[in-house]
Amino acid sequence: MRYSFLTLAREALSGHRGWRPLWRDAAPRGRYEVVIVGAGGHGLATAYYLARNHGITDVAVLEKGWLGGGNTARNTTIVRSNYLWDESAALYEHSLKLWEGLAEELDFNLMFSQRGVLNLAHNLHDVREGRRRVEANRRNGIDAEWLGPAEVKKLCPPIDVSPTARYPVLGATLQRRGGVARHDAVAWGYARAADARGVDIVENCEVTGFRIEAGRVRGVETTRGYIAANRVGLVAAGHSSVLAALAGFRLPIQSHPLQALVSEPLKPVLPCVVMSNAVHVYVSQSDKGELVIGAGIDAYNSYAQRGAFHVIESQMGALLELFPTFSRLKMMRSWGGIVDVCPDASPIIGKTPIENLFINCGWGTGGFKATPGSGWVFAHLLATGEPHPLAAPFALERFSTGVLVDEHGAAAVAH
Amino acid sequence: MLLIPCPFCGPRDEVEFRYGGEAGIVRPKDPDALSDAEWADYLYMRHNPKGRLEERWFHVHGCRRWFTIARSTATHEIERE
Repeated sequence: MRYSFLTLAREALSGHRGWRPLWRDAAPRGRYEVVIVGAGGHGLATAYYLARNHGITDVAVLEKGWLGGGNTARNTTIVRSNYLWDESAALYEHSLKLWEGLAEELDFNLMFSQRGVLNLAHNLHDVREGRRRVEANRRNGIDAEWLGPAEVKKLCPPIDVSPTARYPVLGATLQRRGGVARHDAVAWGYARAADARGVDIVENCEVTGFRIEAGRVRGVETTRGYIAANRVGLVAAGHSSVLAALAGFRLPIQSHPLQALVSEPLKPVLPCVVMSNAVHVYVSQSDKGELVIGAGIDAYNSYAQRGAFHVIESQMGALLELFPTFSRLKMMRSWGGIVDVCPDASPIIGKTPIENLFINCGWGTGGFKATPGSGWVFAHLLATGEPHPLAAPFALERFSTGVLVDEHGAAAVAH
Repeated sequence: MLLIPCPFCGPRDEVEFRYGGEAGIVRPKDPDALSDAEWADYLYMRHNPKGRLEERWFHVHGCRRWFTIARSTATHEIERE
């Protein structure tokens, strides 16, 4: 079903009884050309681009829970591409360009809003890092600006830029093309588009093992039976190490809780996304009016999808440092997702020690923004067996060769 | 917040500690004898299990000593000896 003013008007007049599910509740078949493990945004985008770019529709996306119920539903929806290093900039900018046409392409309202992303600087080092990143971004064709404190205040009035603040705002980088998108809609939009092209999306189907013969993957054991596949792609975010262990290899990944929370709804008060390294908080306002607030990871390894209160406490301290006016705001909900953190804070997209088993993981705290680009390059890998040029620097081998893409501290956010 | 049993100071709040990750990672005696892959395996590769994990903690705001505990990464439960 295409969405249009006409279908909306027709459904409004007929009591909204004509809407259909967005994707089929597919039962798994015994064999597929490609099996993708994980029906979050990245896995669904991979399936969609496999069909759209490579004409491969004999594809199943297996999901142990429900579609888009992991980190896709738990992130703070920020989209930007202002990364320092060339490799990251190319990958995230490719993703941002896809975002810019995605709602139209998927015929799905992603509520993509390019309201601008501010990365604040609070000390001399932040200022130098920010100005350097602005120049690096521009040389990579990414829009970036440096703002002084007065310009920051003009763009985002509720920020306290007084020089007597404990962490004074000395300036900020601004990416005007950055912004936010509706996280659930991204998964639903990709799911509907992939399903329409013949991809089977199989929920409540957990992978429990791999059938591997002579170093080559033949299929996956699941809670809904064995499924043979020529190629298997793992897109399981926080649970990537668990799947790798089932296949008999290790990853340089640590799984941590990352918490976020939302406030009660307010009238429009925050016109852009604000991120800050030094006091460590990032915040935007949803279309419902809630402030969406995220911070850093909990220190310990965990798969429990919850974190400790002291992390939220310091996150709230940081928020009030920047926005004293929010001090009487009530918080509505908090939650945690399990993020797969890599030593260099860059993703792993590539081959594994098992032939025809490919992995896309390690996006850590910043995977949402990369959803379209990640799916695009991983589909290329699954279709051709060789990495897309944009993904080549992010192979697992970089940990042996030492050619890391070290975005820790460089990626405009602390990890 | 975790209540962590420091073997020297007793149970203390998590905020007094720094996390040290997976325990039992031994630095190779002769790094020069390793291949790049073996060195990467020591340096970067981790088990990251869902379930029981033996891990290092540093009581930075207490006795400033390192110790190992076993904790479940699925439930956060810490094993008592």
